[in-house]
Amino acid sequence: MKFDIRVPIGLLFVAIGAMLLCHGLFAPHVDVRGANGHNVNAWWGALMAAFGFAMLALARRAGRR
Amino acid sequence: MDTVLELELVDWSILVVYFAFVLGIGVMAKRGIHDSNDYFLSGRTIPAWVAGLAFLAANLGAQEVIGMAASGAKYGMATSHFYWVGAVPAMVFLAIYMMPFYYGSRVRSVPEYLRLRFDEKTRGFNAVSFAVMTVMSSGISMYAMGLLLSLLVGWDIDVSMWVCAGIVLAYVTLGGLTSAIHNEVLQFFLIVFGFAPLVILGLNDIGGWDGLTAGLATVATSQGYEAGTWTESWRHLGSAAANPMGVEWFGMVMGLGFVLSFGYWCTDFLLVQRAMAAESMSAARRAPIIGSVPKMLFPFLVILPGMIAVAATQDPASGISIPVNPDGSQNFNLVIPVMLDHYFPNGLLGLGLTALIASFMSGMAGNVTAFNTVWTNDIYQPYIRSGAGDRHYLWMGRAATVAGVLLALAAAYLVSAFNNIMDVLQMVFAFVNAPLFATFLLGMFWKRATGHGAFAGLVAGTLAAAAHHGLTLPARALPGIKGGWIDVVSHYPSEMAQNFWTAIIAWTACFAVTVGVSLLTTAPEPARLKGLVYSMTPRIDDPATGWHARPEVLGALAIAAVVVLNILFW
Repeated sequence: MKFDIRVPIGLLFVAIGAMLLCHGLFAPHVDVRGANGHNVNAWWGALMAAFGFAMLALARRAGRR
Repeated sequence: MDTVLELELVDWSILVVYFAFVLGIGVMAKRGIHDSNDYFLSGRTIPAWVAGLAFLAANLGAQEVIGMAASGAKYGMATSHFYWVGAVPAMVFLAIYMMPFYYGSRVRSVPEYLRLRFDEKTRGFNAVSFAVMTVMSSGISMYAMGLLLSLLVGWDIDVSMWVCAGIVLAYVTLGGLTSAIHNEVLQFFLIVFGFAPLVILGLNDIGGWDGLTAGLATVATSQGYEAGTWTESWRHLGSAAANPMGVEWFGMVMGLGFVLSFGYWCTDFLLVQRAMAAESMSAARRAPIIGSVPKMLFPFLVILPGMIAVAATQDPASGISIPVNPDGSQNFNLVIPVMLDHYFPNGLLGLGLTALIASFMSGMAGNVTAFNTVWTNDIYQPYIRSGAGDRHYLWMGRAATVAGVLLALAAAYLVSAFNNIMDVLQMVFAFVNAPLFATFLLGMFWKRATGHGAFAGLVAGTLAAAAHHGLTLPARALPGIKGGWIDVVSHYPSEMAQNFWTAIIAWTACFAVTVGVSLLTTAPEPARLKGLVYSMTPRIDDPATGWHARPEVLGALAIAAVVVLNILFW
């Protein structure tokens, strides 16, 4: 199969997203300016992981065809 | 930035995982490298969207990110001209009008096109100046990055430079252009996701666009400009005195929008190489247009942080202050570190740092891959050892990668020791580059242009640029590196205005001399120009693609979008 860059991008984003998410959920909460009290690490981690999964899904769909 | 930031386990983990992926892509890409065509041009197998994003990311070096944020702080929204005037139109022009010749003639580099179209001396001039310039500019950005990391997280400058250069060296040596291009796409997404939270948090903190406008109005009026100067891009370009750039609209449009922008985006092999590696003519033509879409949105990612920072300094409660240079001026190059420090908690901090390093690496890998190709194909093969087997040139490409990185490191140490030497060198290369687009424009669209004409034009343009710079001086500058080193006959309101006019004059001189000398020399044989000149090349039909994939349609859409952006922020 041809090398598809979406696979490594997807894996990297899922990995970084998971790290941020875990850090956000389990580390003591720090108040961040401009965040209105939201847990920025957790939210951004979740978003990055979602982007990573979307990349993986796209690569998988292209690989099947 | 009183103290350096403390990294935690999560920050280190993000950085280490990133390094592992980048190297892993190099190892994977190595499997596809069998001959020199694979190494230097990815075997021309890259899909349009990958080539397009790599095209953009190779330009998105650390200096771009740091420098554009600094300009955002210094000049405000008018910095967007470097994107909406100074990039997108040229990218679309390259795609529609120039890629057919670059890709269609099957050349392996931009200097090689000059050899086919003109002659050996024009190619040699371009190849040598390009090779030296790529090495030098990676050295400069390497040193800038090392310095920044030492201020931000307290890392040793030498260690940061050698580690980052070593990683780029490893993945480019292994997988050549394939590895560089794929890593650039990955780095592109990391840069976007790494800096976006900075803009979101900053804008939210300062009270949205309205809060930003209010803060920047104070900045503008306190310096004697109209209130909207920092948030409106065109309204204050009527005269050079009305904006902090010291530039009027004509110099902006002709100097930046035409000469400098087309000269860079349409002829710089570092960028064009990405599109040349595309899998088909259609993909090669779509690549720059695909890249122009994120390009037109980048002002919001890289300029806004600078604008937010300088607006926030108006409110003492914000806790943001811009560090001051020893001479008392504000050091705007530290805007990004200040913002990372201010808004990012550990976790996001690791991501932001990774994005910064990724931007440095994408710029450096772009330089290194362009250098190894030009060195091997345009200097080593024609002038040092021709007629060797392909395996030898593949080996030479890898050796040139190692040498290029080592030379860039040497250049970095040279910058740290003798800042002035590098400033002089950079100035000389600005003179050499300024007239280039006239040569390409005449070469591609005027079949009468000859090799002697092109060479004479390039030399004349370079000399005209040097003479103009030597005879003029920006306001409040001393004669020397800033200009006026022959004699000061006229003054410009700013360094930027002087640069734009140097470019305009160099371009005009090159254009006129190329036309004049061409008419006096023997016309090139028409048969030799097929595929190299517009009127001698059959029109391309892309029967396989529908209207929505036609470069002309996509290009028109990109131009329309950029017009809308200019109007919105007029």
